[in-house]
Amino acid sequence: MNKPLPRWRRNLLSFSAMIGFFLLWEVLCRLLGVSELVLPVPSQIAAVLIDKMPILWPHTQQTLMTTLIGFFLGVFIGLLIGVIIGSSRVAYDIAYPLLVGFSSIPKVAVVPIFVVWFGSGTIPAILTSMVIGIFPVVVNVATGLATTEPELEDVLRVLGAKKRDILWNVGLPRTLPYLFASLKIALTSAFIGTVLAETVASNKGIGNVMMIASGNFDVPLVFAGLFILAALGVALYSVSALLENRFTSWTQRGKGSEAA
Amino acid sequence: MSDTPSASAQRPMIELSDVTVRYGGNVVALDNTTLRIDKGDFVALVGPSGCGKSTILKLVAGLLEPTAGAAIVGGREVGAIGSHAKRLGLAFQNPTMLPWLSILDNVMIPLKIVEPFRQDYRRKRKGEFRERAEALLEQVGLAGFGNKRPWQLSGGMLQRASLCRALVHEPDILLLDEPFGALDQFTREELWDTMQDLWINRRPTVLLVTHDLRESAYLASRICVMSSRPGRIIEDQRVTFARPRTLESSYQPDFTTLVQQLRMSIAEARAPGSSQTPAASRPLEEVSV
Repeated sequence: MNKPLPRWRRNLLSFSAMIGFFLLWEVLCRLLGVSELVLPVPSQIAAVLIDKMPILWPHTQQTLMTTLIGFFLGVFIGLLIGVIIGSSRVAYDIAYPLLVGFSSIPKVAVVPIFVVWFGSGTIPAILTSMVIGIFPVVVNVATGLATTEPELEDVLRVLGAKKRDILWNVGLPRTLPYLFASLKIALTSAFIGTVLAETVASNKGIGNVMMIASGNFDVPLVFAGLFILAALGVALYSVSALLENRFTSWTQRGKGSEAA
Repeated sequence: MSDTPSASAQRPMIELSDVTVRYGGNVVALDNTTLRIDKGDFVALVGPSGCGKSTILKLVAGLLEPTAGAAIVGGREVGAIGSHAKRLGLAFQNPTMLPWLSILDNVMIPLKIVEPFRQDYRRKRKGEFRERAEALLEQVGLAGFGNKRPWQLSGGMLQRASLCRALVHEPDILLLDEPFGALDQFTREELWDTMQDLWINRRPTVLLVTHDLRESAYLASRICVMSSRPGRIIEDQRVTFARPRTLESSYQPDFTTLVQQLRMSIAEARAPGSSQTPAASRPLEEVSV
């Protein structure tokens, strides 16, 4: 590849690419006369978005809240399990196959179980997004802890540090990059989990709106829902990327001041 | 082991009794070694590489447990985490700095962990402790580098920072594993004086592992020469030169004679020592301990 473009040109180009994509979509649909029942044009979707926003907004909030609650629960539990598994070789060996088995279950399959336990509504959606978010966090945190260089731990061990000190001062900071890598995955998967559960068993949320709209053959509304989901997804991803940058800047050498 | 106060006062600070260390079953790193170091003594361990010098340090630091025999530090058997009887400071061969902390924060780690500083850490982190760490950094020529990250410093600078970390909590026992190895001659000699001043003023018990025979003669009050693997101490002598020793004194005839004599002992330990080495460990000669 040739040398990288300056930042403003890069941004300009990706923005143009996005506009170009929608323009192409619009033009092709109009030229080929594609029915709005199959693929509505972007201008129509935008019109629906603006028009129906008062109705769509509460559902957007519902989906966002459900995702965030599920995500935070998932991260909390994942972190806890990850720390337990990662700090002991034995626990790691014993629990790993169990975790792999657990993660191999397609998460759609657990929605009916949650519905049986809690009825349809917000709770199964929260639980689904939580369950999906747990695994990547557990695996990354456990891997991060288990691969911590013994030399780094020795720095504290010779000082007579307790296990908790070592975990807090070496293990966890060392694991932060791993944790943040998993947060990005967990957040996007939690989002998938929410929409999934909303589609299958809920009366609120964007997933539910899209389900009903498709039942009514209101395809523009289905696409409007899709756009909202895309926007939410991008926003969530950006937030986690920002946090990652803030907390793990030490892994990215050379970006700051140069070596002395 | 009984450790009544009166008993521990007379006992050596560091006691290795018939200690044997085996790695992975058949590599004997240390063979039946006995070493007693009195409180306030400055002992240098010299010997061919791979002879178990670092293993002795690790034993004393509690990073390693003896396969046989006992390692007693400050009247208490070492081993279990968090069981140190004495304050330890250790500068490794590799200056293992935690990459996510600034140099200053790295130097202050012992203050964060070790009692009695630990309880005041939150309160004094920005004040007294910081000044103390900065004063040490200045002493080793790293003034103004406290806010840098470890990867921004050269190997020699890191080694000096690591020395500061070993000293910041005023340890009773200082374990130094070739702490000046990556430094140029001039900085090294400067730090010898820093080290000597510190020892004269505060009198910690020091165990120094080094390849540099002049260094051992310059700094130590007692030099132990080790044989090649499996390591054991084959020569143990006092260094009686007056203190403070200076660079000039290190070119006096008796100093040079001592260095020469040490060199002979080690050369001897390297060559005929091979006949004492068990056949099983021969191919593993390169494995460093």
